[in-house]
Amino acid sequence: MAEMKTAAYICKGCELGARLDTATLVKTATKDGKMNLVREHDFLCSTDGVAMIRNDIDNEGVTHIAICACSRRAKTEAFNFTTVAMSRGNLREGVIWIRPDTDAARETTQEMAEDYVRMACAEVKAMQVPAGNQNTGTSKTLLVVGGGMSGMTAALEASKTGYKVVLIEKTGSLGGMAGKLWKRIPNREPFKAPMDSGVADLAAQIDADANIKVYLNAVIAKTAGAPGRFKVDIAVESGPTVTEDIGAIIQATGFTPYDMNKLPNLGGGQANVVDQLGLEAMAKAANGGPIKRADGKEVKSVVFVQCAGQRDATKEHLEYCSGHCCATSVKQAMYFKDANPDVDTVVLYTDLRMPGNNEDFYRAAQNKGVIFSKGEVSNVSASGNGCTVKFKDLILNEETSADADLVVLATGMVPTTGPDLDQLNEANRAAEGGDEGAKEQVIQMMSKSVLNLDYRQGPDVPQFKHGFNDSHFICFPYETRRTAIYAAGPVRRPMDIAQATEDATGAAMKAIQAMENAGLGKAAHPRSGDLSFPTARLEGCTQCKRCTVECPFGAIDEDERRFPLFNESRCRRCGTCMGACPVRVISFENYSVNTVGAQIKAVDIPDEFSEKPRVLILACENDAYPALDMAGMNHNEYDPFVRVIPVRCLGSVNTIWITDALNSGYDGVMLMGCKHGEQYQCHFVKGSELGRYRMSKIYDTLKGMNLEEERLMDLEVAITDIDTLPKKINDYAARIVEMGMSPFKGL
Amino acid sequence: MSDMNQQMTAKYKNNFLKEIEEQAEMGDWVKMCMQCGVCSGSCPTNFHSGWDHPPQELFMLIRAGKRDEVLNSNSMWNCVSCYNCYVRCPRKIPITHIMHGIAEYAYRIGRAPKSQPTLHLSQTFWNNATKTGRVNEVKLTQTLYFKDGIASGIKKAMAMQDVALGLVKAKRLNPLEAVGISHKCKDIKGIHAMLDKARELEAKRKGRTA
Repeated sequence: MAEMKTAAYICKGCELGARLDTATLVKTATKDGKMNLVREHDFLCSTDGVAMIRNDIDNEGVTHIAICACSRRAKTEAFNFTTVAMSRGNLREGVIWIRPDTDAARETTQEMAEDYVRMACAEVKAMQVPAGNQNTGTSKTLLVVGGGMSGMTAALEASKTGYKVVLIEKTGSLGGMAGKLWKRIPNREPFKAPMDSGVADLAAQIDADANIKVYLNAVIAKTAGAPGRFKVDIAVESGPTVTEDIGAIIQATGFTPYDMNKLPNLGGGQANVVDQLGLEAMAKAANGGPIKRADGKEVKSVVFVQCAGQRDATKEHLEYCSGHCCATSVKQAMYFKDANPDVDTVVLYTDLRMPGNNEDFYRAAQNKGVIFSKGEVSNVSASGNGCTVKFKDLILNEETSADADLVVLATGMVPTTGPDLDQLNEANRAAEGGDEGAKEQVIQMMSKSVLNLDYRQGPDVPQFKHGFNDSHFICFPYETRRTAIYAAGPVRRPMDIAQATEDATGAAMKAIQAMENAGLGKAAHPRSGDLSFPTARLEGCTQCKRCTVECPFGAIDEDERRFPLFNESRCRRCGTCMGACPVRVISFENYSVNTVGAQIKAVDIPDEFSEKPRVLILACENDAYPALDMAGMNHNEYDPFVRVIPVRCLGSVNTIWITDALNSGYDGVMLMGCKHGEQYQCHFVKGSELGRYRMSKIYDTLKGMNLEEERLMDLEVAITDIDTLPKKINDYAARIVEMGMSPFKGL
Repeated sequence: MSDMNQQMTAKYKNNFLKEIEEQAEMGDWVKMCMQCGVCSGSCPTNFHSGWDHPPQELFMLIRAGKRDEVLNSNSMWNCVSCYNCYVRCPRKIPITHIMHGIAEYAYRIGRAPKSQPTLHLSQTFWNNATKTGRVNEVKLTQTLYFKDGIASGIKKAMAMQDVALGLVKAKRLNPLEAVGISHKCKDIKGIHAMLDKARELEAKRKGRTA
């Protein structure tokens, strides 16, 4: 790279010029920031201002620029200089908009602005322009695992946009669970009768589609590589193993019904008791005529038991609601009523859940004479030539019973996600220790693997709860914790066909984005388009494996010498590895221990007697920093003694920043990150949790430094905390004042 | 009348829901209830003691085939026809009408309680109104006031005399109605023929002998 030439630009627009002494800021950038070139402009983001910067880059050889104007989240289109390293000093949202325009506040406001100028200058000098990931793959073929409703939809949607698809199905035909249905819950007006599932039509479209290559009776033997350059070994029953070049993967492996034999008290395993799938088989056999039991007797009365082994508070069975079963029972009751209106059909439910237009479907069933009783079933037993269902009527509040020729149990969905990685890791550890039982267990668990990923962190996507795969449920539902591997359908959460179809379409779109990004060496969400990626100075590495273990996305493998082996295309650029590294050898070109460390050191720390404390805020750029920005836009004022540095994730916070800050005289450090735990909101899933875990270790260090624990404050921030956040900052600043100034100033 | 009760029991066997659907006015709506309980929560009389079953429960009893419990219930007789339940029902079920439908059916098959005030009022009103095609208000009031004997009738009448005089002065009440001189429909025979026809149609629809 050519010689570094630095430039700082101070904007005077948006009242910055009126509220701040910009001439002094220019001096600060020149003297303290030691920038080669410093310019003021009345309106920096105007065509004229941008042209000025562009001219400096093109003709003056400027390579590093610090733009001291508005927040880094604002005016990104104007300040879009991809060929130089760039930092942003947040003088608008971060300073003048959160401070009152009074004479009394002028001095501290100016100090705040000067610090942000120093920080921007210090940061940019530690940065480099990301060169981009050279290790890209350009395969644009999508692999869809599972040939059910979700899988077929995903394959067709991707094909329609012009992408090649490889579709793998474990069984001998396409269709999956939907293929086993007689009819499906209606998805269009008037929502009054079961309708054709459409599976045959989808399968025919796939057969006719030249873009889609189908492997039946096939499973994945091994998935190696990274987004854009996966090598997938496909084992076809009684055939050779085929290797395909794959860009991205959609896992649409669906579900299996919960085993009703685990519900003996509800009649599971008895004659004349079936689960919903069992009834579908009967209805298919009846082909629109009267439905007959296995013994050939025509069914004249049927009882549907909802939530069989679901929503189980004892946790013995499934704890969750599978969402589709109420409507499915309604549909199945209609099979009987449509064939013969005199069949008694009773649905016993505790809460009937009819999402979407299914409410109309429910009404139609009532109209057809299906009886719905709110009751809790305690026992199903054989009696006479049928069953007796004992239940508590919840409206009449009495124990009662009903007789029926046939009982249908609405058992729930169990996702097909492969082994739980935590359990597998544990078994692996025990097996390495020589435990024979554990070795067996590992083999057994590995046999359930779906993707057989050749990743250091395990063969499948990590699971969250109840075996469903982990994803950011609200913001990025199709993402898994493996880049360019997307989940669609009931493998992600319980759902019906209508939702699975929608899911498959969304996942196909995300997978296409991921393939394209991987080809360009860019990150997938949430830092989509980011060209930086982590690198390690291996000569300093102690092979502690923290980065390879902690990466929430399984991006880092280990080489034969147990050094970390980064797979840039799998990386989401959260920096959790950088925060984890105890010897600080991992860094990004534009985000490193140095870029943040330099900013921390650049802040001017007034002496003990100044009554001007300094509080460092490390704010997550996903939620906390936008919340602070929006607080600024709303002119919610907060304390002038805080200095905010955005971080990619709390997981990227290296403890050295905190100890350095406290050592150099900051009076307090505040961490702002997303919620962690079961209801996590972290955009990198585990980042905020890991970050917080590490911070909990710092308290010992604080004790060693003879500092109060309250000097480090951890705050969970949501993007909506626009009004409460300033108050929390002020409260903390007040507590710092109460505690007194740090004894480390001026040392 | 109890013959009809037996007749209906025999006809519908255990299917009380079907019996109500076919025999009680608006009974075919009972199956549409989704047991949300908004009707019970909305009923102003339900806050008094003495209700056997709120509407939601009554409907559930029908669906559970509890014939005696429903027909012996006092709930349908206690309905004051405020229509709050009907207005609020998310399923737009005509609950008020069904309550009256069940009451009417219970009466029809001889299962109405003895000396039920609601029944007494309905019968009195019906007889009064259908006789001439118009309500004779003085006679209607008289019958209701003196239902429990002469002493209590006089007491009630005295208590209301100011109101009555006011109505007479405003020409809203004609005292001569007491002796039968009142306005009548022009074609009383026609009215009676119409009512007979309606009765015949209903019997036909409900599959029973008139």
